Amino acid sequence: MSFDQILFYVFSFWFIAASLAMIFSRNAAKAVLFLILAFFSAASIWILLEAEFLAITLILVYVGAVMVLFLFVIKMLNIDKSSLRAKFASYLPLGLIVAAIIAAEMALVLGNNQFGLEMMAAPARHAADYSNITVLALQLYTDYVYPFELAAVLLLIAIIAAITLVHRNEGNRKTQNIAEQVSVKAKDRVYLVSITTPNKEGK
Amino acid sequence: MINTPLFDTTSLMAALPEIFLLSAIVVVLLLDLFLTKPFKQVTYYLTQLSLLTTGVLAFNLIGEPETIILGNSFILDDMASVFKVFMMVAAMVAMVYSRHYLLQHSLFRGEYFVLVMLSILGMMVMVSGHSLLTLYLGLEILSLSLYTLIAIARNRAGAVEAALKYFVLGAIASGLLLYGMSMIYGISGSLNISEIAVFANSATLASREVLIINFGLVFLVIGIAFKLGAVPFHMWVPDVYQGAPTSVTMFISTVPKIAAVAMLVRLLIDGLGAMQPYWSDLFTVLAILSIVLGSIVALLQTNIKRLLAYSTISHIGFVLLGFATGVITGYGAAVFYILVYVLMSLAAFGVIILLNKKGFEADLISDYKGLSAHSPWSALMMLIIMLSMAGIPPFIGFYAKLFILQQVISSGMITVAIIVVVFAVISAYYYLQIIKSMYFEDGDEAQESIPAPIDIQLVVSINAVLILVVGLFPDFWMQLALSLF
Repeated sequence: MSFDQILFYVFSFWFIAASLAMIFSRNAAKAVLFLILAFFSAASIWILLEAEFLAITLILVYVGAVMVLFLFVIKMLNIDKSSLRAKFASYLPLGLIVAAIIAAEMALVLGNNQFGLEMMAAPARHAADYSNITVLALQLYTDYVYPFELAAVLLLIAIIAAITLVHRNEGNRKTQNIAEQVSVKAKDRVYLVSITTPNKEGK
Repeated sequence: MINTPLFDTTSLMAALPEIFLLSAIVVVLLLDLFLTKPFKQVTYYLTQLSLLTTGVLAFNLIGEPETIILGNSFILDDMASVFKVFMMVAAMVAMVYSRHYLLQHSLFRGEYFVLVMLSILGMMVMVSGHSLLTLYLGLEILSLSLYTLIAIARNRAGAVEAALKYFVLGAIASGLLLYGMSMIYGISGSLNISEIAVFANSATLASREVLIINFGLVFLVIGIAFKLGAVPFHMWVPDVYQGAPTSVTMFISTVPKIAAVAMLVRLLIDGLGAMQPYWSDLFTVLAILSIVLGSIVALLQTNIKRLLAYSTISHIGFVLLGFATGVITGYGAAVFYILVYVLMSLAAFGVIILLNKKGFEADLISDYKGLSAHSPWSALMMLIIMLSMAGIPPFIGFYAKLFILQQVISSGMITVAIIVVVFAVISAYYYLQIIKSMYFEDGDEAQESIPAPIDIQLVVSINAVLILVVGLFPDFWMQLALSLF
């Protein structure tokens, strides 16, 4: 077994283990941390496949930004776990049977007979001066410019959708009035009141 | 190593409708921000103008030779142009109905029209998609806009539930579709529809390659069946139809179905036409289940939106049956059916919206009791629509079913044809039930006729009369549908 293969099996093992741990974790914060580990292992496998740019993007965007956001959301929302699990047990037996059948059927099709190394040769290695990013950039802005623009439209929809659903009418929006805040004087905000302290009998 | 890529801007004219619509969306989106309350209607008129212009641009491209541009991911052919024109007309009619509804239920917002236009852009991308990637992106643009449109009535618990249900199930369906696409890509080595077709057609296909293609194919069929709402992937349809605001229900049940059929044609006929014997069987099963379940469960409904949801499911069964025949005349009949279905469904929801009043949704069948007494014209329109949906001559719905059945019988599926006819007769019962309550039952209290703006009354009337008029010369439309293949 070559060093590459050993690395592949190590990363794959962590990938699968972390994904399973994420699904079965009872604590949402822990699940996010396991998901980060899964992303990290996936990125490592991509590096083995010579897709450095994708791997770095995965770590920067997903691990660095999306997952941190996830952690914030989980910490801010108080998710009631018991209500989420209420129907879990009653669906479990049927779910397990269906999942087992699907997994067995897929294993028959996707096994070594179809996707083994004898059937699908390993891709050729590139030279040391091969630049992944150059090829990607050229492809993205020429051959794939149409999907690229469509993805941009998709993001536009996400923005419009978020604002449409969250934006309430102007009445109950809290906005800042900068000019008013700057021109405020101390006497507008603080005023002193003289209070006579009551004596011990309360008179 | 780095191949010089080809990017030819002169060929972009083929995508002119899409480019125009996207520009119009951005203009309307920005303009809407600066409109004060009394001028909010401008957004609506601009939307109609944009849709009209896009339709005209698409119409001008009919008859152009087939061109594939933008890195082999965009195709312009007659089918794309004709579908786009139909989509624009249907969307414009839907917008006329929508405005009436939105004003009455204080849901009128500029974003509504922007999101509708964005979803139409997504559908146009699907109709013209020539690579797995663009087909998927078009589908996502469509779906994301629809989820938001349903949730736009966020004060109603039903609408939020419908949006969430649609979102979660839609995400799963997208995942399945993507998984299927990844299998096809993995074995054929290309995202491009014509290259996949060449691969699937090659005589030297090893048995393991056929196996993997079929494996991917199953997932593709599931994704498409979900979008069309065929049994057993129909779970979302009744809840979404009932929960969504009626104007959104009308939109979901009409225009996106054309796009879903276009995606089916692109993926399965253009791309995997060689695998036709395999997907035909899948479609036959889906079609029979849809017709049977759609006809029987609809009998028990009291809500007219839910009833139309099950009616949609059984109509989709007929469309899938047309594709299941595997011959070009069958595909033509299926395309004809979906266009007829859109015409009928638009009219049905148009009448429902016409009968809406402030704070009152006419969505129970009992609300239609004695309709003929106080608004005879609306009742007559509804009568035409229901008879057409039930498949009674001389209305267009009859010819749509007839063409499908002719193809089914001539391709030798006699048993299937018998089952379908039996259940079509059963389904006639619930359409006739609506007619019965309109004409032969008295309303609970004396209702005066509902005053509605002249534009919606006019459009509903034209829409319903078209069902009769088109039914008088169906051959022209059938020839048009056939010429697309």
